[in-house]
Amino acid sequence: MTDHTPNSIRTPLGRVRHLGSAHNGTGHFWHQRLTSVANVPLTIAVIVIIMSILGRNHAAVVQILGSSLVAITLLLFVISSVYHMWLGMQVIIEDYVHDENAKLVALMGNTFFSFAVGLAAVFAILKLSFGL
Amino acid sequence: MMAEAKATRLKNRPLSPHLQIYKPMLTMMMSIVHRITGGALYLGTLLLVWWLVAAASGPNAYAAVQWFMETLIGRLILFGYTWALIHHALGGIRHLIWDLGYGFGPVEREWLTAANLVGSIVLTIVLWIVGYLIMGTSFR
Repeated sequence: MTDHTPNSIRTPLGRVRHLGSAHNGTGHFWHQRLTSVANVPLTIAVIVIIMSILGRNHAAVVQILGSSLVAITLLLFVISSVYHMWLGMQVIIEDYVHDENAKLVALMGNTFFSFAVGLAAVFAILKLSFGL
Repeated sequence: MMAEAKATRLKNRPLSPHLQIYKPMLTMMMSIVHRITGGALYLGTLLLVWWLVAAASGPNAYAAVQWFMETLIGRLILFGYTWALIHHALGGIRHLIWDLGYGFGPVEREWLTAANLVGSIVLTIVLWIVGYLIMGTSFR
């Protein structure tokens, strides 16, 4: 801030780009909002899907979850919400874990957990759908 | 760069007042609850994955999930998960409204926040009543 002189050709944006704690500006904020908007209709759809399988036996559940429309809705929900929670937990960690090493470990753990959960869910939905 | 940052951090600067200074307000409490429900849903995805993987694995694995969900603890976890999901979703919509610049007046912000809390409780109970009605009319 102090070295900002009117003589400089560099814009204020150019000066701060790739600085900051995350090195990626508002991308994180924007993706959090993007997935939150997507999650509204997807959550309603998933609640309807879960209501439709309540009390049914395994064969009926597999048939419902494996149908294309339901499977695609579930996939969209899982991808959007897992990405959303990955970003959200990153913010929580950055807010509360101040030790650099602990923060690094926690952020890595967050990424591992989110990817594992997301991949397992996607795999299960595809398996149900393709009937292998 | 790093040394510079460290030196700044070590300076004995005045700190901004933290939580214990403020009188608890509804908007503040719901903001905290929004984060807590987010964290709970994070762990709750394990339930979702267990359910999906069990359904993909076969009747025995699926029966184990069904058995657990029918225990008292399973029911309580599911009920809590439902409420956390609804509360976080409604809270998210409230934050999106605020992101667009609406609802910041003293009346609106309180109304939005109260609606978030009351709405989440009412919707959760309604969903569970509907759920039990569906279960009551379907064959196992």
